[in-house]
Amino acid sequence: MSAVTAAVPKGRVRISRGWAITLGVTLGLLALLVVLGYGPAIVDLVEWFIEFLLTRPYIILGFAVPIAYGALCGLMNERSGVVNVGIEGMILSSAFTGFLVAAYLHPVIGDVPAALVGVLVAVLTSMLLSALHAWLSITVMADQIISGTVINIIAIGATAYFNQLLISTSDVTGAPTMQGLGLPEGLADVPIIGPLLNAVFGQGPIQTSLIFAVIFMQFMLFRSRWGLRTRAVGEHPKAADTVGINVIRTRYRNVILGGAFAGLAGAYLTLESVGSFQDQMTAGVGFIALAALIFGRYTPFGALGAALLFGGARTLGQAVQIDAPPGQIGEWIASWPAQIFGMFPYILTIVVLAGVVGKAIPPAADGIPYDKEAN
Amino acid sequence: MTEASAPAGGGMGGMSVNATALVGSGGGWRQQLVGTAIAVVLGLVVGALLILLSSALSEEGFDPRLPFTAYGALLEGSLGSIRGIGNTLNATTPLILTGLSVAFAFRAGLFNIGAGGQFYVGAFVAAVVGAWIGLPFPLLLLLALFMGFIGGGAWGFIPGALKAWRGAHEVVVTIMLNSIAALGLNLLASTWFKDPAASFPRTPDVHPEAVLPILVEGTKMHAGIIVALIAAVVVWFVLFKSTLGFEIRTTGANPNAARYAGIRPAFITVLTMSIAGGLAGLAGAVEILGITKNYPAEYNSTYGFDGIAVALLGRVHPFGVVGAALLFGILRSGAGAMQRATNIPIDIIFIVQGSIILFVAAEPFLRKSFRSRRRKTPHAAAPAGSAA
Repeated sequence: MSAVTAAVPKGRVRISRGWAITLGVTLGLLALLVVLGYGPAIVDLVEWFIEFLLTRPYIILGFAVPIAYGALCGLMNERSGVVNVGIEGMILSSAFTGFLVAAYLHPVIGDVPAALVGVLVAVLTSMLLSALHAWLSITVMADQIISGTVINIIAIGATAYFNQLLISTSDVTGAPTMQGLGLPEGLADVPIIGPLLNAVFGQGPIQTSLIFAVIFMQFMLFRSRWGLRTRAVGEHPKAADTVGINVIRTRYRNVILGGAFAGLAGAYLTLESVGSFQDQMTAGVGFIALAALIFGRYTPFGALGAALLFGGARTLGQAVQIDAPPGQIGEWIASWPAQIFGMFPYILTIVVLAGVVGKAIPPAADGIPYDKEAN
Repeated sequence: MTEASAPAGGGMGGMSVNATALVGSGGGWRQQLVGTAIAVVLGLVVGALLILLSSALSEEGFDPRLPFTAYGALLEGSLGSIRGIGNTLNATTPLILTGLSVAFAFRAGLFNIGAGGQFYVGAFVAAVVGAWIGLPFPLLLLLALFMGFIGGGAWGFIPGALKAWRGAHEVVVTIMLNSIAALGLNLLASTWFKDPAASFPRTPDVHPEAVLPILVEGTKMHAGIIVALIAAVVVWFVLFKSTLGFEIRTTGANPNAARYAGIRPAFITVLTMSIAGGLAGLAGAVEILGITKNYPAEYNSTYGFDGIAVALLGRVHPFGVVGAALLFGILRSGAGAMQRATNIPIDIIFIVQGSIILFVAAEPFLRKSFRSRRRKTPHAAAPAGSAA
């Protein structure tokens, strides 16, 4: 087994020259601004930013939840050597089916059971689509990008089609949303820790469970036998096969299980966040999830970090419009249109892909179907 | 010569698209045509089953003939009148161009999933050129089309360059660039390039000198179809009759062999992605100059995305692309008539489209397993007559 272990990178963060240069340039600019007399203005801005971070962690995490869950779905796929660009379609489909079931059931069986059944259906929907993706990618050996694209196209069409048939034209109004248990009285008011605890434990169950899912996946991927085998299958399936790991079965299992995460992302959108469904409501969150996975260097912790960064950028975009940061620089930032903040995750990902700052190295066998008979 | 062999800066490892795998390695064009026809029929069957489902759910009661009524209304709407045919050809035009874009890249082993973004950039550039520059009729139109091509080409150059010189996978880069284009152009069209007189954020209408002329009196059919057909012939010539095309196809089939033959895969990658981007950009330009006449900030078009489906159904061949685009054009332009006649949501055409591609993608496998089962049947130990 040691040969397999050596072949699998641990996904550790290395400080590259690009990062060093970026850091140096940033510090140099700051020093220059201080010398030019902007020191107090910068202190004001930093104060505003800390205030922003302390008051809005639950919004940031809320934006990060579907991104991070989508990224975990991608992680399960890519780490075992299957490319998945269909996360967007999976999230959209499960958001719809979960909402549909909950909306129809809640007058009959009550809000909480309906929402729970809805989540279950959302998870199953996404796992079913993942099974289709697994079959096309692993057994049929079709191009995996095409498989993902097919899932995206069918998801957009099917959700809009059934939305019009079963929801828009019916008297179904909305689905119940899941609420968290809330924090004990006064805990949320504790400085610094309170807002953070509120972000994790004070919100709905899917948001709360994200942190644990990420920690669990990080542990499983790098510290368990399953993780070692998964990474082996993603890096060097032939070697994994030689030591007796069933490549095909491992890939099938991981792709289908990974679908559950996309299902939770979808369920979060309709059953925890808003309680309604609109056509194409995912608006690219599945693609941002893919970006977060790459930006996070194909690790769960990294993906969560990237999701928080992307969610933070979006929250910041909203915050500067409501409450402009102080000073001239603050006014200038507040004048940035929302689209700039929207583009932020994508531009950052391209910068990483281009290898300007840091590097994201995918599993070596990512996207290549395993053919036992081929050399 | 580190270009193409540079360490992967990101994206998906050793994956590259193999055009021959996409079009099915075995069989001539006849077999491919049959396979494609079967995929189309199966896709329509999936649509018919969904229509039956919607019929079962509706209050009017179950109507087993509804799929025929619906598809009949669709054909009537798209081909039943001169006007309908005009609309069908208008819908076919951008599909041909984005399909050519995706197919052209496929031939070099590249997956241009970014036709959507390139379409937007080409559309925006054409809208701006057509509205801000003053020139007499054919000149301004040609300039706007050309600049649309250049704009889309520039947007395609980025993933090509990042792939060739930084090893970044073009699929991930183009997915990101699609979103950047949509958001960035939304920003431009609602700020610096906004028409102050418009009620919603959009660019000003292009000058009449930049508009594609109507070809047939009494229809909306514009001259874009001519642009698209010329592009198809040019792409066919470049791919199959020119040295460049040979180099592109060799690179797509085997980059290592191409390198030994003195072809520079990095250069071919950048050039192919730029031309593919240009074709998608041209599609956007044609759509703006023929149909919308301006670029709305919230512009939302699926033509770029549909290009993938068109290229696959057209078996990555320029003339196949024209046929596939016509089929999807018929579905698209007739869907409205179908909805008016039968209340079936137009979104069903996306399901049909997706299913067709699903069957095209799965066809080689289905063909193989079907054949091996048939071959086994005579030798099977099962009692005679039970094989079915």
